[in-house]
Amino acid sequence: MNYLTDRKRAEGLGASRGGTHEHWQAMVTSMLLVILVPLFVITFGLGLGGSYEEVLAYYARPCPAIITGLTLVVGILHMMREVREAVEDYMHGLAEKLMLVAVAAFSYTMIAVGLFALVKLAL
Amino acid sequence: MVEFALPKNSRITTGKTWPKPEGATNVRKFQIYRWNPDDGKNPSVDTYFLDMDKCGPMVLDALIKIKNEIDPTLTFRRSCREGICGSCAMNIDGINTLACIYGLDEIKGDVKIYPLPHMPVVKDLIPDLTHFYAQHASIMPWLETKTNRPAKEWKQSIEDRKKLDGLYECVMCASCSTSCPSYWWNGDRYLGPAALLHAYRWIIDSRDEATGERLDNLEDPFKLYRCHTIMNCAKTCPKGLNPAKAISHIKKMMIDRAV
Repeated sequence: MNYLTDRKRAEGLGASRGGTHEHWQAMVTSMLLVILVPLFVITFGLGLGGSYEEVLAYYARPCPAIITGLTLVVGILHMMREVREAVEDYMHGLAEKLMLVAVAAFSYTMIAVGLFALVKLAL
Repeated sequence: MVEFALPKNSRITTGKTWPKPEGATNVRKFQIYRWNPDDGKNPSVDTYFLDMDKCGPMVLDALIKIKNEIDPTLTFRRSCREGICGSCAMNIDGINTLACIYGLDEIKGDVKIYPLPHMPVVKDLIPDLTHFYAQHASIMPWLETKTNRPAKEWKQSIEDRKKLDGLYECVMCASCSTSCPSYWWNGDRYLGPAALLHAYRWIIDSRDEATGERLDNLEDPFKLYRCHTIMNCAKTCPKGLNPAKAISHIKKMMIDRAV
């Protein structure tokens, strides 16, 4: 039995004075992706169908390589934020904390792997 | 972890079917959620039949008729019967609304009535709104001032008064909060659309001098930012209000003061 008052239960630990920065960052990455995704689809589409050497030459050009790199980084960071929201929605306690660490680790690994592959293609 | 299925003792069974009224030609079937905390049984859905030629036009009229003439144990809240008190909020035909202003002619087929979803049930159609009211109290729903009280009154321009339209009309029926999936999963920490609409009503009030403190108290990933703009609140509000819009205004104010 827990003799907490209704008001204390509702107040909990109080406001953490956070969340606005995350919300703003999610809006910024959303706006960037509105521009980046069509550009990525166009540049990626133009590179399709070529031989290995042609693709290497294509991604050695700054425009396709930079657009791909930006889309990769901004897209995965945006995905990480959205998945984090979903985890916070549906999981609680220790499982939530562990899952948040796993999501961050997976996302940063994806960024590193993607950038490594892109650099290898471009240089 | 969120539970996606009802616990065993909350699973709904088929309840009693009451006899049809004799000699009636215009009969309608009502399926109503029943649960009695004293009998130790699972909730059930009882079936009633009403002669619609002798029944009022609203869902609340039908419930009162059932209680008066068929089953006096049917329990529900009601008071003003004109959409002002918010007492008779329940889930009717899959929509959270007020039974007193929801017409029976708006429902096709059988009338299915359940308590507001995802709330503990006190009995039958009565949800326990204790936590909901405590959350409302936590947003300080009153005018906070620091300036000495004026001799006559706190003045407000017509333009500033207009900013309260669409906010002050909320009757705290809890239809919006109990239709919000974010509130279902995190109702212990997320304030929900009703409390946040009321919070904005005081934040935007030109006479209130605690705007900063109010925003401070809301700045939290759960209290405010669990709102994912699902919009169920605006869709279900029986008063036609838009809590999601009020929440988005609060978020905008948060950004304005931080960025």
